[in-house]
Amino acid sequence: MAAHLKKRVYEEFTKVVQQQQEEIATKKLRLTKPSKSAALHIDLCKATSPADALQYLLQFARKPVEAESVEGVVRILLEHYYKENDPSVRLKIASLLGLLSKTAGFSPDCIMDDAINILQNEKSHQVLAQLLDTLLAIGTKLPENQAIQMRLVDVACKHLTDTSHGVRNKCLQLLGNLGSLEKSVTKDAEGLAARDVQKIIGDYFSDQDPRVRTAAIKAMLQLHERGLKLHQTIYNQACKLLSDDYEQVRSAAVQLIWVVSQLYPESIVPIPSSNEEIRLVDDAFGKICHMVSDGSWVVRVQAAKLLGSMEQVSSHFLEQTLDKKLMSDLRRKRTAHERAKELYSSGEFSSGRKWGDDAPKEEVDTGAVNLIESGACGAFVHGLEDEMYEVRIAAVEALCMLAQSSPSFAEKCLDFLVDMFNDEIEEVRLQSIHTMRKISNNITLREDQLDTVLAVLEDSSRDIREALHELLCCTNVSTKEGIHLALVELLKNLTKYPTDRDSIWKCLKFLGSRHPTLVLPLVPELLSTHPFFDTAEPDMDDPAYIAVLVLIFNAAKTCPTMPALFSDHTFRHYAYLRDSLSHLVPALRLPGRKLVSSAVSPSIISQEDPSQQFLQQSLERVYSLQHLDPQGAQELLEFTIRDLQRLGELQSELAGVADFSATYLRCQLLLIKALQEKLWNVAAPLYLKQSDLASAAAKQIMEETYKMEFMYSGVENKQVVIIHHMRLQAKALQLIVTARTTRGLDPLFGMCEKFLQEVDFFQRYFIADLPHLQDSFVDKLLDLMPRLMTSKPAEVVKILQTMLRQSAFLHLPLPEQIHKASATIIEPAGESDNPLRFTSGLVVALDVDATLEHVQDPQNTVKVQVLYPDGQAQMIHPKPADFRNPGPGRHRLITQVYLSHTAWTEACQVEVRLLLAYNSSARIPKCPWMEGGEVSPQVETSIEGTIPFSKPVKVYIMPKPARR
Amino acid sequence: MSVHTAASVSFPQCIGSCRAWGGSTGSWGRGAQHCLSPALPRVGAGQDVGRSCILVSIAGKNVMLDCGMHMGFNDDRRFPDFSYITQNGRLTDFLDCVIISHFHLDHCGALPYFSEMVGYDGPIYMTHPTQAICPILLEDYRKIAVDKKGEANFFTSQMIKDCMKKVVAVHLHQTVQVDDELEIKAYYAGHVLGAAMFQIKVGSESVVYTGDYNMTPDRHLGAAWIDKCRPNLLITESTYATTIRDSKRCRERDFLKKVHETVERGGKVLIPVFALGRAQELCILLETFWERMNLKVPIYFSTGLTEKANHYYKLFIPWTNQKIRKTFVQRNMFEFKHIKAFDRAFADNPGPMVVFATPGMLHAGQSLQIFRKWAGNEKNMVIMPGYCVQGTVGHKILSGQRKLEMEGRQVLEVKMQVEYMSFSAHADAKGIMQLVGQAEPESVLLVHGEAKKMEFLKQKIEQELRVSCYMPANGETVTLPTSPSIPVGISLGLLKREMAQGLLPEAKKPRLLHGTLIMKDSNFRLVSSEQALKELGLAEHQLRFTCRVHLHDTRKEQEMALRVYSHLKSVLKDHCVQHLPDGSVTVESILIQAAAPSEDPGTKVLLVSWTYQVRGGPQPTAVSTGVTTPPCPARPMVLLLLP
Repeated sequence: MAAHLKKRVYEEFTKVVQQQQEEIATKKLRLTKPSKSAALHIDLCKATSPADALQYLLQFARKPVEAESVEGVVRILLEHYYKENDPSVRLKIASLLGLLSKTAGFSPDCIMDDAINILQNEKSHQVLAQLLDTLLAIGTKLPENQAIQMRLVDVACKHLTDTSHGVRNKCLQLLGNLGSLEKSVTKDAEGLAARDVQKIIGDYFSDQDPRVRTAAIKAMLQLHERGLKLHQTIYNQACKLLSDDYEQVRSAAVQLIWVVSQLYPESIVPIPSSNEEIRLVDDAFGKICHMVSDGSWVVRVQAAKLLGSMEQVSSHFLEQTLDKKLMSDLRRKRTAHERAKELYSSGEFSSGRKWGDDAPKEEVDTGAVNLIESGACGAFVHGLEDEMYEVRIAAVEALCMLAQSSPSFAEKCLDFLVDMFNDEIEEVRLQSIHTMRKISNNITLREDQLDTVLAVLEDSSRDIREALHELLCCTNVSTKEGIHLALVELLKNLTKYPTDRDSIWKCLKFLGSRHPTLVLPLVPELLSTHPFFDTAEPDMDDPAYIAVLVLIFNAAKTCPTMPALFSDHTFRHYAYLRDSLSHLVPALRLPGRKLVSSAVSPSIISQEDPSQQFLQQSLERVYSLQHLDPQGAQELLEFTIRDLQRLGELQSELAGVADFSATYLRCQLLLIKALQEKLWNVAAPLYLKQSDLASAAAKQIMEETYKMEFMYSGVENKQVVIIHHMRLQAKALQLIVTARTTRGLDPLFGMCEKFLQEVDFFQRYFIADLPHLQDSFVDKLLDLMPRLMTSKPAEVVKILQTMLRQSAFLHLPLPEQIHKASATIIEPAGESDNPLRFTSGLVVALDVDATLEHVQDPQNTVKVQVLYPDGQAQMIHPKPADFRNPGPGRHRLITQVYLSHTAWTEACQVEVRLLLAYNSSARIPKCPWMEGGEVSPQVETSIEGTIPFSKPVKVYIMPKPARR
Repeated sequence: MSVHTAASVSFPQCIGSCRAWGGSTGSWGRGAQHCLSPALPRVGAGQDVGRSCILVSIAGKNVMLDCGMHMGFNDDRRFPDFSYITQNGRLTDFLDCVIISHFHLDHCGALPYFSEMVGYDGPIYMTHPTQAICPILLEDYRKIAVDKKGEANFFTSQMIKDCMKKVVAVHLHQTVQVDDELEIKAYYAGHVLGAAMFQIKVGSESVVYTGDYNMTPDRHLGAAWIDKCRPNLLITESTYATTIRDSKRCRERDFLKKVHETVERGGKVLIPVFALGRAQELCILLETFWERMNLKVPIYFSTGLTEKANHYYKLFIPWTNQKIRKTFVQRNMFEFKHIKAFDRAFADNPGPMVVFATPGMLHAGQSLQIFRKWAGNEKNMVIMPGYCVQGTVGHKILSGQRKLEMEGRQVLEVKMQVEYMSFSAHADAKGIMQLVGQAEPESVLLVHGEAKKMEFLKQKIEQELRVSCYMPANGETVTLPTSPSIPVGISLGLLKREMAQGLLPEAKKPRLLHGTLIMKDSNFRLVSSEQALKELGLAEHQLRFTCRVHLHDTRKEQEMALRVYSHLKSVLKDHCVQHLPDGSVTVESILIQAAAPSEDPGTKVLLVSWTYQVRGGPQPTAVSTGVTTPPCPARPMVLLLLP
């Protein structure tokens, strides 16, 4: 509790800070503007020693400088630079110049001449390097100016012969970022002949310093990134660098080779020491494969990662990566995988019992065995066995990408992926299961492979098991034994980990519907029916029995002969399950029963269009509203809202749109209702009672607008404008109501000012959208803005009131894709009658498992709320790691909530629900004057309000007094 | 006087030599199999599997690599014949140090005999884990030899202790200075806990000795790694010279599946192991599997030696693999949760269990006892994780024998399932090649393998890596010529001056520079010629070459000189051509004089003279045919003049 209170205090505190900062920032702006450069000048003049000067510069660097004053500051800095003898101070000045030239809104071409000038006279290598860095900053700021770029490239070339590696590094960086290949600029080639930048950079591939070599390769990559086409000649140079002594060089070289191979995949290169020629991409692939067994793991990771994206490689090269020619005493040996396959095809199941089962077979020709130069040979075998899990993960990822593009490779890599299910690091296991799922369309599991896959079902990690269930959902099994095996293992899993129930049922649903013909022969066995005898009716509440039924019913959907095998109670159970677990049990065409729902499914598709139309029509009808009389308008709105809500319930794919528009219409309705109050004209004192309705309406509109803004994914800017507009209207309404109900002017002043500020904000943020808001409330308001600014509150209120009445109803454009965020708490289920007992004062951990749909950025927005019976509410922020992302738009929250309370006499229920936290300022782009300044991180993350978005679940708890 | 030299000097000269030596005849015996790892059953004449002992002489330093013993003999032949090293001299005087790569007895078994009984007082280097575990194994071995077999003339416990006092422990990658010139450095080798490869370096010459190593990581150890140290010689083991192994994952999965299935059936699993090495790997494997699968079946480990060893495994976490190193803060993987100490009474307990018992070949001890108890039940299983010697129970059951004769004429019927799993921690052929590729040695020497197999690997190394390769037989000495680079100091002024002349400094390409090499007090310096003259107190002499050209010309000398001048002037526009008042012509430093020999007024002689140093100077060439200069020693120059 204490922690919770502290949290609250903290939140409020941050809010205060935020407002203060805005004000301070604006004030400071005005104060410091003229004096910034002057102050620096004075400071630097005061400095007696280099250390002092350095201190001043460091202090100065902490604060941002506005674009207008940059030039002045630069001049002062340069002036000091010329006078300064100490290299460290010059270094700092040089770095400041670079920082300043990056300032938004400042064009640095004016300082370039100076920078180049001081560069020529500089002796210190470090300062030189820093100055080149500054030039780089200037150059990148002015990408359009060809002449400047040429000049900078020239400067860089001149300093390339410097003895210091740092200077050479920066020169190469400069060349990489600014150098160009275009020779079209020769018209202004007065001495600045267009240089072949690639040639120059390429010369430094053989520099004596490894750092410079790395920088040269990086510069080349930079050229590529900027869209220049690299020459093919670079390939050979880069290949030489693969055997460099330094890992960073090798790592960069691997990248470069990859880039070149993507540029010229089809060109032909000779194989050294033979007359043969191969495609460049194949050659590069072989070389990168070789790097998978490099001495440095950084290089290995890099190489393994890049392999995945080389899709043009020819298939026989690709398949070699999985081939490691085994031998023993110079005799060819088959891999365990080959043996398993053979055993399987010969119909015999793996015995492994015979001594010498794996005895080597034929003799190997000693001349034909290559031990290293075999290029791609076994690269993945090595990668998957690597010591570092980073390499293994990279290899699995690469395997996944390659397998997705080549079905035959997918078939081959299966054995290796299955092997990875037994890795010692969970992350690797998980990754390989996911990979397998992604390529499952291309493959069919053999029985022995399935066996290995299923063995992992006993894993104690929930993530692994669930990933495996998902994998099983989309795998193809080849035999009925396979299905049986899978079912048996899943049931075993169910008994061992009962919490996996939902996941297993879902898995069986897909397994059944994918393999109806394989399930069919198993039905009698699974239902334990007997041709002559009636068997006992199984327990309907047994999760295992339900699991079997889910499998069978889903298979029966496409297999009409299956229901004939069902016994009577099976049909009864079907009816029950169809109702209770409708998402798992499909509608079946059963003999002697009416097909209620089966007719629905085809019609859904045909109805889709009309319902969309219906939605459009009803909305259009509403938007033509302003001409109707208020009474009719209200009725129409009410009808439409009702229609939309019903439509949303019927058509799940339109639910988002329907809900969204319905909410908007409801806001409008509330607004109209509030303005319709007959008693607006009544004198203030009498009005008190009625104001309740209006202020409640205003409040509700506010809430609804927040929901619209934050609870829907896919809301675009044009909707946000409308929503904010609606909120502004609500605020105006609030202001009017308060003005009528409060006495005294003082509070009113503040409110008015605040409101006007809001209008100002609105104008600033949505300046681009204002033309769309013709005739609206805000449009009119902005017209009158100068008058409002000077008017008294009472007058303002009056104006607002009339404007609200006159303003037009804005058309809400519908976004393409909109989904309402929703959450369901799976666990705790809230069914248990046994209270959770714990000693008061201590904590009890409650496992919460929830699925979230269409929530953007759940890590920051989703919170768990616990409501105690005494009205205490506690908000818990789940850790980012508690969120899993099983699919697009879906998230899963598995977390623990700690409950605690003082002793109770009786067990009581607490409510647990999920909240969506929002902060409207985070969505709006930062104010321009805040940019570059220190924005405190709390502003970004602070919570403005919350919207509950899941059904609350009740948990029975019982804190007992501590025993003495 | 000045001499041209290139900056790096190399003298083709034999400085170092290396001798690998075992025992080719009699006393050195033939190889037997490796004591703890399942190695190859056999042997050939020369090359030896198992017991290692190699002597390396490098630049005058003698280093002994490993001091192994032979498990196959019970007489004198089990230890190396150390008299071979020095016929009568003291070993301490001859050897500069002894290096032990890891704790297997075939690499360290003869150590107490060598240091205490033969007598050696110099330093013995090994890694910390080896230092900790080695005495336990030696003591255990001594007990079996003396207490059980009753051998006399064997080293005592006290000798082991004394021997260990001479040990200096080293860290990985720590450069240890043995004396002023000799330094050694350890690299990680995998194989067993604390196994290391050693680099031995004297000056610029170096040798790397790998000991036993493993290039594929396993459940408890990482893979061997070495940097590009480019030694002159790499001495590598070659146990699996002709084998390329399958992925370890299949093996592991098979093993786990078999154990799991048996246990689920309610059967008991017996895994006979040796106390150290593979045992720990299998323990980790089972432990993590039990953890993952949430199994409750008990796993037991026979007490004694293994318990002690496990204790050391817990301590030497930095020597294990990535997973164990990363997670030991939360939980030390060697603190087994599911694996408990075994008690003799447990063998009769009902229900499933897994037992690790020593020794590994089922030839005696606890593993055999348990085997006898469980053999009759077909639900049970025995898994042999390593090779078994002929004659042991292990070998018999692996070769399919179902009825065993035990002592006392009993016949034991084996109904339990028998499985074989190979878990070996040596590098295979690919691994060896990989290591050779990593270290980039000048030449490779194969030891610790069979001759026939080594032949294959040797051929491969020479073909594919283009590195010369040797495979000496036991007792044979290999001598390698090395070309050591001799460091020469160069004065900074000279270097800068020469650098300034060149265009781009090209990496690793020889450059020519002018200077004088001074050899003084066995160090070499390269200085500018001026400085050399100054230091040596010599005066500078100029060497000039002159040649005479006879021309038929009736004009006067002055006229002639003038003509030559005007001609040269017109031809050599880029050079400074001067006509001096005394009638001679200079083209930069070349002097041309015309003279009239008295005897014949019709001919004139043109004297051309130039200094030795003129290089790349003006190339006086003229257009027409004429006379060629005689060949001159310093530089070929062709001077053609008009008729």
